[in-house]
Amino acid sequence: MIAETGLVLLWLAASLALLQLAMAIIGLRFDRADIISAVRPVAIVQGLLTALAMGALILLFARTDLSVLLVAENSNVAKPMLYKIAGAWGNHEGSMLLWVTILGLSGAGIALFERRLAERTLIATLGAQALISIGFFAFLLLSSNPFARIWPPPADGRGLNPLLQDPGLAFHPPTLYFGYVGLSVAFSFAVGALVMRDVTPAFARAMRPWALGAWLFLTLGITAGSYWAYYELGWGGWWFWDPVENASLMPWLAATALLHSVTVLATRDGLRAWTVMLAVVAFSMSMIGTFLVRSGVLTSVHAFAVDPERGSFLLALLALYIGGALALFALRIGSVRQGALFDPVSREAGLVLNNLLLSVILGVVLIGTLYPLVAQGMGVQLSVGKPFFDKTIGPVALILMVALAFGPLLRWRSDDPRALLRRMRAPVAAALFALGMLVPFARGISVLPLIGLILAAALAVASILPLWGRNLRRTPLFTWGMVIAHLGVAVAVAGMASESAFTRERLVALHIGQGVQVGPYRVGFAGVRPEVGDNWSGIGGVLTVSRGGETVTLIPQQRYFSDPVTTTNESAILTVADGQLYTVLGERNPDGRWQLRLWWKPLVTLIWLGGGMMALGGLLALIGRVGREWRTKRRRRRIEMGYLP
Amino acid sequence: MKRWLLWVPLLVFAGVVLLVAMEMHRPADRTVFSRMVGKDLPAFDLKPMLADRPGIEPALYHQGKPRLVNIFASWCVPCAAEAPELAELAKRGVAIDAVAVRDTPEDVGAFLKRWGDPYARIGSDPMGRVQLALGSSGVPETFVIDGKGKIVKQHVGPIREDDIPGILAALEDAR
Amino acid sequence: MKRLALPLTLLAALPATAQTGDSDRYAYSQLRDPAQEAKARDLMEELRCLVCQGQSIADSDADMAADMRALVRERIAAGEKPDDIRRWLIERYGDYVTYDPPLGWATAPLWLAPFLLLGAGIWLATRSIRRRRR
Repeated sequence: MIAETGLVLLWLAASLALLQLAMAIIGLRFDRADIISAVRPVAIVQGLLTALAMGALILLFARTDLSVLLVAENSNVAKPMLYKIAGAWGNHEGSMLLWVTILGLSGAGIALFERRLAERTLIATLGAQALISIGFFAFLLLSSNPFARIWPPPADGRGLNPLLQDPGLAFHPPTLYFGYVGLSVAFSFAVGALVMRDVTPAFARAMRPWALGAWLFLTLGITAGSYWAYYELGWGGWWFWDPVENASLMPWLAATALLHSVTVLATRDGLRAWTVMLAVVAFSMSMIGTFLVRSGVLTSVHAFAVDPERGSFLLALLALYIGGALALFALRIGSVRQGALFDPVSREAGLVLNNLLLSVILGVVLIGTLYPLVAQGMGVQLSVGKPFFDKTIGPVALILMVALAFGPLLRWRSDDPRALLRRMRAPVAAALFALGMLVPFARGISVLPLIGLILAAALAVASILPLWGRNLRRTPLFTWGMVIAHLGVAVAVAGMASESAFTRERLVALHIGQGVQVGPYRVGFAGVRPEVGDNWSGIGGVLTVSRGGETVTLIPQQRYFSDPVTTTNESAILTVADGQLYTVLGERNPDGRWQLRLWWKPLVTLIWLGGGMMALGGLLALIGRVGREWRTKRRRRRIEMGYLP
Repeated sequence: MKRWLLWVPLLVFAGVVLLVAMEMHRPADRTVFSRMVGKDLPAFDLKPMLADRPGIEPALYHQGKPRLVNIFASWCVPCAAEAPELAELAKRGVAIDAVAVRDTPEDVGAFLKRWGDPYARIGSDPMGRVQLALGSSGVPETFVIDGKGKIVKQHVGPIREDDIPGILAALEDAR
Repeated sequence: MKRLALPLTLLAALPATAQTGDSDRYAYSQLRDPAQEAKARDLMEELRCLVCQGQSIADSDADMAADMRALVRERIAAGEKPDDIRRWLIERYGDYVTYDPPLGWATAPLWLAPFLLLGAGIWLATRSIRRRRR
């Protein structure tokens, strides 16, 4: 019964989405206040019904109801509860349902809480949201029903790819979806603003929390995904410039640009057209990303569950939504009034530079990712990867770091260049200090990481300067957020540069009893021992790892899964304050020696720590912004009611 | 801002969608073909894999008669699939030399016993060196070499029944 | 032809047990000289594993990637320049084998793209700032 109820709920929600769209159009077109006032309630109920449908699916997975096809194909009785529940969205149909659920709940949230935006713009926004939902509802109901039954029900389900049975991966997709949906809400706001020709600071303030929230989740998702690839793939790399990674990076870049430009619009009423454009681009990047991952157009290490039919569907939706929005942009933006003016030396100009550089990086990633397809169209086979992106994006990213150091120290509207340079004294001193420290090592380091380390030092200092001389208790939370996020960039870049410059690698074949030195560590190979897990058997290499007087045992494993037959390398990583020792057990040579792959990666953890700091900064900024809106709203209401003077 | 500029994003986007749509409906051929076709066969000496016949030496391909070089391995499943076709070619008098990649005499012996033995010579290529020198990116692959040491054709993947005429024609042309 | 002769002599120099024994000598172990190893490492990172789904040979478990690593290390050890090894591989596999697409008519738009984007961006930004100033 649960499955049938879920399906009914889904149909109801889809009909309400249709109704929501129709009412928004009719209400706005014919100026019917009665219809317009009914859009919000419809949006709220639509969101609730979708969430209930998702709840039904989760319940089916939690109970492992094998008479439901989706459960039978993606779960089994023996799995731990966490993976059972994660199984609900760890497949195509479930992930689509999760997508519309988050979308519907966001719509309900806007309908409930958003009061400052012009009512007609808000209704247009909810209409745009309904249109997006309808596309996904149609897909769910017409071609991939998550609640379909199977008869007779199998005795046990099929389980989940062992590589994907990882707590990190159980939450990785929903994290990215929260990000994508946040961008879709920003997109809906942009469409609403375009339809109503209402690109104003109020619109920017309404959109900002969604852009921030989306960015926060994307940051978390990318950081976690990078760490997963790092410890799972077993070669010590943390970013491969793989199409699927690029697909997640592109919306992040667009969202980063968006949340900076939306600030200019909210505070100074500038960059109107650009902000709207970025909102459209950001959502289109998340759609293109999803499409590239799902359609299998590009080859990738991460490619999974590829299906051309689904690809065509996503492409059609993409063309409809984004093409429509871009056409609307071209038609309408000319009639949006010019925004406020500003000086070449000002916070605004700094943010324009930030947007310019981020957009260039985004463009290069997009072109680099798609270029093999272009070349294929011309009959040429080629590959675009790390060397290309290092050479092109590396320098731009370094310039961006300089801009990032200056930006927060600039005043709004207009600033004195000389005063700015005075403010930059401390960061410049930090850069010189870093340079001095690096001179003894400089010979073995390539240019990019060297400059990266120097700039990271400067940026670390520059990013905390906005707090200088302020009463820290009264500093608003969103300023703290900005400072921590920017500091996070410095930390992450320091990690990347250090990893690239100072990593020590030892690839060796050892007899039992032999040892080898890797960076500061002495690694002794004490032997191998059998290991057994739930659905795998394997061999573990016993490594005694010592540095100074301390000795630790690490056990990297080779795991053999029987269903499906796969061998995986399970790295063993020792994390210490100044870096990580990364160990992998390879094959056994015929002469009896075992291959070991060992890396000492100084400060590598800073990469993900920095990512986490960026996300934390985003969270603080989000809480700060929403909190302030809420307080001013309450205050205004009190004034209206006569409590306060 | 000039009016036409506003349409640029839409045009760019349309271009991307068109490109991706085309690529999606024309499943891309991701086979990597060797660029050595039409060039001289790199000279290589391969030690014999089995005791019963010699390995491969460069002089073989300068005797005026075209030969096939078949890159194979006992651990490769599709290699077994092309065994009947190779046998057919051998029956028609084609000289086939095998380059056994990353293999052992025991495994190769067992493989030939089970699937048939069409090879005139079998050389051992323990580290895939000859495979790389020929620009081959997998097993099985078959190269047609003319009598003067030039590579005239590459066949990627197992030879199927309907590939035989093409290979015979290439051998004929190479005479 | 000289360049070709080099790996051949190497091949011949291998002991008879090379069948499987030493095949991974350089596939899974490093060159003694750190400077040479660094060169080899850089080259391996830009070479594409031909049988994988988009990985460089530096981080792939595939046998063929191992063979290519061994090839790169051996040739570097024999004193060959990375550029020559890359050219040798491109001669056989085309530009597909490198993640660093060589500049040519087919890749010119790719390499020009960053400059064009930067130019267009600067043009857009300065235009609007100057206009805003007026």
